[in-house]
Amino acid sequence: MTEKIDITLNVNGRDHAIRVEPRKTLVDAIRDDCGQTGTHIGCEHGVCGACTVILDDVAVRACLMFAIQAQGKRIRTVEGLADGDKLHPLQSAFIKHHGLQCGFCTPGFLMLAVNVLERQPDIGDEELLDVLSSNLCRCTGYQNIIKAVRAAADDMRQAGAAG
Amino acid sequence: MSHGYPAPPRAEERRVLGHPVPRIEDRPLVTGHGLYAGDVSFPHQLHMRIVRSAHAHARIVAIDTVAARALPGVVAVWTVDDITDLPPIDFRDPSAEALKPYRQPVLARGRVRYVGDPVAAVFAEDPYIAEDAAELVDIEVAPLPVLMGAQELGEFDDGRATEPTIVRHSFGDIDAAFADAHAVVEVELTIGRHSGVPMETRGAIGRYDAARDVLELHGAAKVPHRNKDTLVRMLGRSPHSLHLFEGHTGGGFGIRGELYPEDVLVLVAALRLGRPVKWIEDRREHLISANHSRHQHHRVRAAVDPQGRLLGLEDEFFHDQGAYVRTHGARVVGRTMSMLTGPYKVGAYRAVGHFRLTNKTPAATYRAPGRYEGTFVRERLMDAIAARLGIDRIELRRRNLIPGSEMPFTVEFDEPGAEELVLDSGDYPALLDKALAHFKWDEVLADVKRRRAAGEAVGTGIGLFVEESGRGPADGAKISVDTDGTVEVVTGGASVGQGFATAMAQICAEQLGVDYSRIRVVHGRTDRIAYGIGAHAARATVMTGGAVNETAIKLRQKALQYASELLQTPAEMLDIVDGIVRRRGSDGGPSIALGDIAKRVAPGAELLHGREPGLLAEAWFHTDHTVFPYGAQLAVVRVDRDTGQATVERLMIAYDVGRAVNPMMLEGQLVGGAIQGVGGALLEEFTYDQNGEPLAVTFADYLMPTLRDAPPVDVLITEDAPSPRNPLGLKGGGEGGINAVGAVIAGAIDDAIGIPGAVMRLPVTPQRLKELLRRNS
Repeated sequence: MTEKIDITLNVNGRDHAIRVEPRKTLVDAIRDDCGQTGTHIGCEHGVCGACTVILDDVAVRACLMFAIQAQGKRIRTVEGLADGDKLHPLQSAFIKHHGLQCGFCTPGFLMLAVNVLERQPDIGDEELLDVLSSNLCRCTGYQNIIKAVRAAADDMRQAGAAG
Repeated sequence: MSHGYPAPPRAEERRVLGHPVPRIEDRPLVTGHGLYAGDVSFPHQLHMRIVRSAHAHARIVAIDTVAARALPGVVAVWTVDDITDLPPIDFRDPSAEALKPYRQPVLARGRVRYVGDPVAAVFAEDPYIAEDAAELVDIEVAPLPVLMGAQELGEFDDGRATEPTIVRHSFGDIDAAFADAHAVVEVELTIGRHSGVPMETRGAIGRYDAARDVLELHGAAKVPHRNKDTLVRMLGRSPHSLHLFEGHTGGGFGIRGELYPEDVLVLVAALRLGRPVKWIEDRREHLISANHSRHQHHRVRAAVDPQGRLLGLEDEFFHDQGAYVRTHGARVVGRTMSMLTGPYKVGAYRAVGHFRLTNKTPAATYRAPGRYEGTFVRERLMDAIAARLGIDRIELRRRNLIPGSEMPFTVEFDEPGAEELVLDSGDYPALLDKALAHFKWDEVLADVKRRRAAGEAVGTGIGLFVEESGRGPADGAKISVDTDGTVEVVTGGASVGQGFATAMAQICAEQLGVDYSRIRVVHGRTDRIAYGIGAHAARATVMTGGAVNETAIKLRQKALQYASELLQTPAEMLDIVDGIVRRRGSDGGPSIALGDIAKRVAPGAELLHGREPGLLAEAWFHTDHTVFPYGAQLAVVRVDRDTGQATVERLMIAYDVGRAVNPMMLEGQLVGGAIQGVGGALLEEFTYDQNGEPLAVTFADYLMPTLRDAPPVDVLITEDAPSPRNPLGLKGGGEGGINAVGAVIAGAIDDAIGIPGAVMRLPVTPQRLKELLRRNS
């Protein structure tokens, strides 16, 4: 089990050449071997969604994959959302609408929401709520997360229409 | 000493205090730059894995660690034999001698008492190897009888019963009250075993800095200073040589940040193995080893007069503490009974709380400890009285509320040592009226009636409550202004994700006249300030906020004095706006920035004239009493008779907080707490089989509310009763949201299915509700 292999993970556009056991989960590799600790581990059995990252264009739970399975794919994590000092509209909306308290689930919610709004900018409200109900938050009662995502969706649609 | 402060101004007369400004904590948290326990790493660190008992109660015959030790990468495997010099996990506050034999050892000694009990610790180069090795540790046991109910009494060990103590609170002539009663109403109620379950599991990183002879614990939370005191006692180190460090905390809710066996182990291992030691709990471990809470069974009865007035209240309850007594001692039992009467005037009272051990995960506090439980009991009883006497449930409550004219209202208990309650301020009937009006109670009732006539099972519930907050005795703060004008506030508080830094920055900014978003707030660092009580019992804003306020006032006076000398203007003519001292009400004229004053008072500066250098101050806030916010909650619940599913359609909280520091954050606290309350009322339960095997060990079995389970929560914050016990009029906001949710949902389900008193047990799972409907059909 402990024989390590060489793989390359592309995280937020940067290649990380790492040496890991085949059994190492993607989330452990992102955190421990690529040093990107913004992706969190909440349950390690695929329920809470704290470890959500975007793989190519799909939001996945990084605790349910092995690192080796992500080779050759583009991995996006919360660290890649902002453009320099300029926050992503969802990050700004979470701050403005108090969509976070302890912040532990936040990176997972952000990646989940970014992914769905990129894929379906005109998603209906019911479907959006279904998507967001796949992650757990223990602090906010979700009310402000919904507010933030709805507001960001509006902003992104307007920016899209303007651009 | 802490009474009689005048009512402070409201937000509209203030610059930043009381306003819903964005949090200063958020930017690192939304960009992935937080520092949670799992994010703390040190070079050359080892990883610890705990080997836990698979048996609920057994004698340990032998522990074989040979195979585990032989695994490459394993550095050490410890059992109790390796740490015989360590005392059990101590109580935070002095506790009754009778409780001491029931404390949890750091590793099991001779017996295991719950599934999850730490038996051995593996230290390895890599967390995966540590986990492999843990599986190779072979524990041979001889099973012992398992005790799974707190209503049964058993033997803890030779000659020691599983009831470490019985707590009693009483006042008035209870026997006379029942003898004189027009009616006696009795109910039997159970609150299920559930807990805070924060999204971040526990974590602890121990590090020994041999160069400075300092032992460090990282990943601390909630009460770092108090835990330091306990660790200093347990490890026999000098206070200056042991420090705790709090980074970001992924939710607290009472359970996170208590002192657990793993915290002690990483410290001792870091010392003895000479390398940093990191431990991160997995979710299964969390659900079977971090504090459980709430589980109580009550038999409560009320003696009432014909109008439904409470002549007497008598409660006997059984508190299922689990396998050991942890850091709080029997506190939750005490809080349950001291707060049981809540907002009502009760003629006589007698409560008996049996503090009982079972073979389950040990329990302690969860947000609104003893109050979620007590409010469920009291408000269920009020509903039962209303049903029995045929009095409207609102009217019955109104008749029993303590009127505003009787504030402050003291509840004194007969028992020596039982802390009296001195309700500081409030107008409970007025809040009830505001809540009903805001909820549009009459319209809601009419609508519910219409829907019922159309065949729906829908109902309403109400619960009234009092919260306790702001426990003293004292908090200090230090504030300094740097030469570039940046303000640093050093506190002994802690942040569990509630927005502590923003609240402190707002209080400081208001007095000091600086931009709150440029203030740096230090918390959870025992090396920066020697004293602190942290964040529990909704105390941080009241107590640490009080200290920051005092300190900021002192620093303001100092800054104005220096500015007065520099600007040749009397201090009383000066004001500080956006960090600049200038003449009151003028935009022009001479001015000086606080940073420039700091430069002018450096050591050796001419301006000092013998005064101590630096633009800094330290001050304290003392109090001898807690403060009592209060609230009302209302709900509409729909029941699906076919599936037994209860759906909360609407939930409302009216809450008087005295003065809100940040209404946006307060609303966040109340809504978040309310949804946790929904979890405890409908979903969450640590269930066990008859052998003590835990059945809720993943998030697929322990169900927490998702967004789809969370009803819209409407919040009405009122500021009618500022506390006279602190200059800012503050009361705590952390626990009101959850307090009455169990009670209100239970009442609404009764109402929906048309069976008064049907719900006697939380959580009301679909299975239980189906069973209720079947039995009553």
